[in-house]
Amino acid sequence: MDGAQAPPVVEAVGIAKRFGPTVALADGNLSVRAGETHALVGRNGAGKSTLVGVLTGLHRADAGEVRFAGKPAPAPGDRAAWRERVACVYQRPSVVRELTVAENLFLGRQPRGRFGLLSPGRLRREAAELLEAWAVPVSPDLAARDLTVEQRQLVEIAGALSLGARFVILDEPTAQLEAKAINRLFDRLRDLQQQGVTFLFISHHLPEIYEICQRVTVFRDARHIVTAPVAELSHDKLVEAMIGEARGLVQVGADRPSVSADAEKVLELSGVGVPGFVESVDLSVRRGEIVGVAGSAASGKRQLAEAIAGLRARSGEVRVTGRVIKAGQVPAALRGGVGYLPGDRNVDGFVPGLSVAENATMTIAGKLGPRGFVLPKVRDGRANTMIADLDVHTAGPHQPVGELSGGNAQKVVMARALASDPEVLVLVQPTAGVDVRSKESLLGAVDEQTRSRRGALLVSDELDDLRVCDRVVVMVGGRVVGEHPRGWNEAELVAEIEGIGESGV
Amino acid sequence: MSPVSESTTVSTEVPTEPEAPARPTPLTGRPANRLRLAKLRDLALIPPIIALLVYGYTLKPDIFLTHSYLVDSVLKYQAVLAMVVLAEALVLIVGKFDLSLESIVGIAPAVAIFLVVGNTSVLGAPWPTWTVLPVALVFGGLIGVFNGLLIVRFKLSAFIVTLAMLIFLRGLQLTLVGGSTISNLAKRVPVIDYLGNVRILTLPLSIWIVVVLFAVGIVVLGYTRVGRSLYAVGGNPDAARAAGIRVERVIWMTLVVAGLLAALAGLMMSAQLASVAANQGEGMIFMVFAAAVIGGISLDGGKGSLFGALCGVVLLGLIRSVLTLAQVAPDQIEAVYGLVILVALVLARLTSGKAQD
Repeated sequence: MDGAQAPPVVEAVGIAKRFGPTVALADGNLSVRAGETHALVGRNGAGKSTLVGVLTGLHRADAGEVRFAGKPAPAPGDRAAWRERVACVYQRPSVVRELTVAENLFLGRQPRGRFGLLSPGRLRREAAELLEAWAVPVSPDLAARDLTVEQRQLVEIAGALSLGARFVILDEPTAQLEAKAINRLFDRLRDLQQQGVTFLFISHHLPEIYEICQRVTVFRDARHIVTAPVAELSHDKLVEAMIGEARGLVQVGADRPSVSADAEKVLELSGVGVPGFVESVDLSVRRGEIVGVAGSAASGKRQLAEAIAGLRARSGEVRVTGRVIKAGQVPAALRGGVGYLPGDRNVDGFVPGLSVAENATMTIAGKLGPRGFVLPKVRDGRANTMIADLDVHTAGPHQPVGELSGGNAQKVVMARALASDPEVLVLVQPTAGVDVRSKESLLGAVDEQTRSRRGALLVSDELDDLRVCDRVVVMVGGRVVGEHPRGWNEAELVAEIEGIGESGV
Repeated sequence: MSPVSESTTVSTEVPTEPEAPARPTPLTGRPANRLRLAKLRDLALIPPIIALLVYGYTLKPDIFLTHSYLVDSVLKYQAVLAMVVLAEALVLIVGKFDLSLESIVGIAPAVAIFLVVGNTSVLGAPWPTWTVLPVALVFGGLIGVFNGLLIVRFKLSAFIVTLAMLIFLRGLQLTLVGGSTISNLAKRVPVIDYLGNVRILTLPLSIWIVVVLFAVGIVVLGYTRVGRSLYAVGGNPDAARAAGIRVERVIWMTLVVAGLLAALAGLMMSAQLASVAANQGEGMIFMVFAAAVIGGISLDGGKGSLFGALCGVVLLGLIRSVLTLAQVAPDQIEAVYGLVILVALVLARLTSGKAQD
C-alpha cells in the first residue's frame, strides 16, 4: 500500500505477541512514511500498546518483523540503538521529578569537563542550546516536577530528538491537556514535522486525528484492520473500522424526557466554596436530571465535585433530598446519598490488587452480612448483578481490577459509585481514557440510572459526556458563569469554557 | 496499560467477528480456577514444609517427628515469633511499617513485671500481680497509639518513626532492667506461670493462643468489613478514602492492635524463660520480616495472607531445627540460617511470580 519512494521510517509486518495464554497482538502491521504524522487508533485492548512496546524494543515479538528505514531492527538488548531510531512519549511522565530539565535531558550521558568530572556549566549550556534548537520555551534549570504536562511532553520530545531519533511515538498526548494547550502542541508538532520529524500519534479523540494526521491505521481485536489517508476515511468509516460496525459516535440520552420543574431537588448547593478553588456556587439537581459542569482545569469544577463527595474541606451548604450533609467526610456524604466517581480511576478509583467484587462493593462493605461481617456469597452475588448491569467484561467477580482494560475498570468504579443506591451521582470525567464502546455503555448507565431514581452531577470537559446532560453549567475561575439547556451550540460552549473575554486563571 | 489487561478485552466485545476466539461467559469456569489458584498460592509453602519434615526425619528418625520434639523444641519457640509476625503482617498489609514491635516484646513485659516485683516504689509499686497482663497490653497498645499519632497525624515516615521508637524503647528497657535480667519469676507472677506451664491437650497454652489468634485474624481479615478495609487501604489509600473508608482510623487501629499483640508476645517470651532479659526480643524484627515476606506478605501493602505468614514462621522454625539436628557448628549456624533465608526468599519470589519490593 506504500508508494515506491523512500523506505518507510518504520515498518512492522505480521507482528504477533502473546502474554502467557492471551494473544495481545495477532497480526500487527504498520508502515509509517518519512515526514508524516500517522495516527494509530483502536479501542482499549486492540493491541496498540503492545505494538508500541514492540516498536520501541521493550517487547520482543513472537513473530513478524520490524524494520527501520528499510533495515532490520537492532538487537533487543541494544537500547542505545533503539533510542536512536524511535522514541515514545508516554502518558505517564518518564522524567526524574527531582532533577532539573537539563539533568533529565542528559541523564546518563552528561557532558564532562576537566578530569572527566561532570561539568554543570556545560550541562546547562548544552541543554539550553538543545531546548533552543527545538524551540522549547522551558528553562533548563527548572525542576522536572514543576513542569506542566505540556512542557514535560515537549522536553521529552526534545530529549528524544537529541538522541538522534527522528521518529517519535506520542501516546495519547492530548489526554491531559486543555484545548488551548492542545492547539499549541499541534502547532509545535507541525513545526517539527516541517523539520523532518515523523510522528505516530495515538489518540482516542478522533477529531484530533483529522486535524493533525495525514494517514491513519486502525487496529481491532489484536489485528491490523485498515491503513488509509485520513481524507479518504470518513468519520463514520473510521468508527466502523474501530468497532466493527457502522455506528455514529455516542448518541446516548437523546431521548431523555424533560425534567418537570416540580421534581424533587436531590442535590442543592448553596454558597459552596472550596478554599483556593471554588468561590461560591449555587446549584441544584432534580430527580431525573443530569446536570453537566464544564470548565477548564483551573475552573475548580473538579474540586467542587470532590468537596461534595467529602474529600475536601468546604464552606457553604450541601443538601441531599433536603438533608444537610456534613462537610469534609466521605462516609457522611455516602450515608447522605452521594455516589461518587473520581476523576482519575488510577489514582483513587480502584484498588488494583483487589477483585472486581471487592472494589465494586467497597462503599457498601457494611451491608454484606451481619455485624460488620462480609459474606463472600453475598458480595459475589451483588457483584455479579453489577457486572451484568454495567456489562463489565471480566473473567468473574474474583479477577483483580488491575488486570482489566481501562473501560472495564471504569465500569467497576461506576459500579462502586452506584452500589450504595445514591440519591445523586457525582461523576468526574466518567469516560476519560476509555474507548468508544465503553464510553457509550458508561454514559448509557448514567442515562438509565438517572431517568427516574436519582439525579447526577456530571463534571467533565468532554463534549460527548456533556451531550447526555439535561443542562450544562459552565465554571470559570471558581464561579458558575453560564448555563446551557440541552441542544447547546458547541462553539459557544467551548468559547465560554475557555473563558474568552474573561480573566479566568 | 499492562499486557494482561489487553487480553481481557481482546475479541470479547465484537461477537460478529468470526475469527474472534470465544470469550468465556462470565461467571463460569475461570473464576473457580482463579480461586483455586489463589488458594494454591497460599499453600505454596506446604511442600517445602513437608520436605523439611521428611529431611529432619531422615536425620534423626528416633526423635524428629515425635510430639515432644516438634512441640517443645520447634513450635514452642516459634510461638513468640508467630505472634510478632501476626502483628507485623497486619501493619504491612495496611501499607505501613512497624520496626518497634521487637522492642515492645521486651519493654511491655519489663514495665509490667518491674512494677510488680521491681525494687521500686514509683507509682505506688509494688503493684498486685494480676496487673501484669493488663499493664503489659496497655503499654504495648499505648506505643501503638503514639506511633499512630506520629505516622497518621503528623504524617511522618513509619519506617523512621518506628526505628526511633525501637531505639528509644531499647534504651528505656536497659534503664529499667539495669543491664541484668529480672529472673526467677516462676511462682511469683501467675500469668507468667500460666503462659509458661499450662498445657491443654498436651499443647502449651502459648501455642493455643497463637492458633486461636491466627484463626481470629484470618476470619477478620477475610470476612469482615474492617479486615477487608486493611487490604483496600494498603492497596490504594486514595481509592479507599474515596470509597468512604476512614483510612487514618484503620491505620491507627492496626498499629494499636500490633502493639497489643507484640506485648502479649513479650509476656509469652518472658514466661518461657521465667525472666525478662535486658535484651529480650533484640534482633527479632529481621526474622519477623523474613517470615512475613517468605509467607507472601508484600512490603508494598495490600497483599498477602495470615495463613501464608504462619507458614513462613513454621518454615523458619523447621529450617533452624533441621540445621541444629544436622549438627551445623553453633558459630556457623547463623550464617547458614541467613543463607537459607535468602534462598527461601528467592524461591518464594519464583513460585509466586510476583515481585517483592
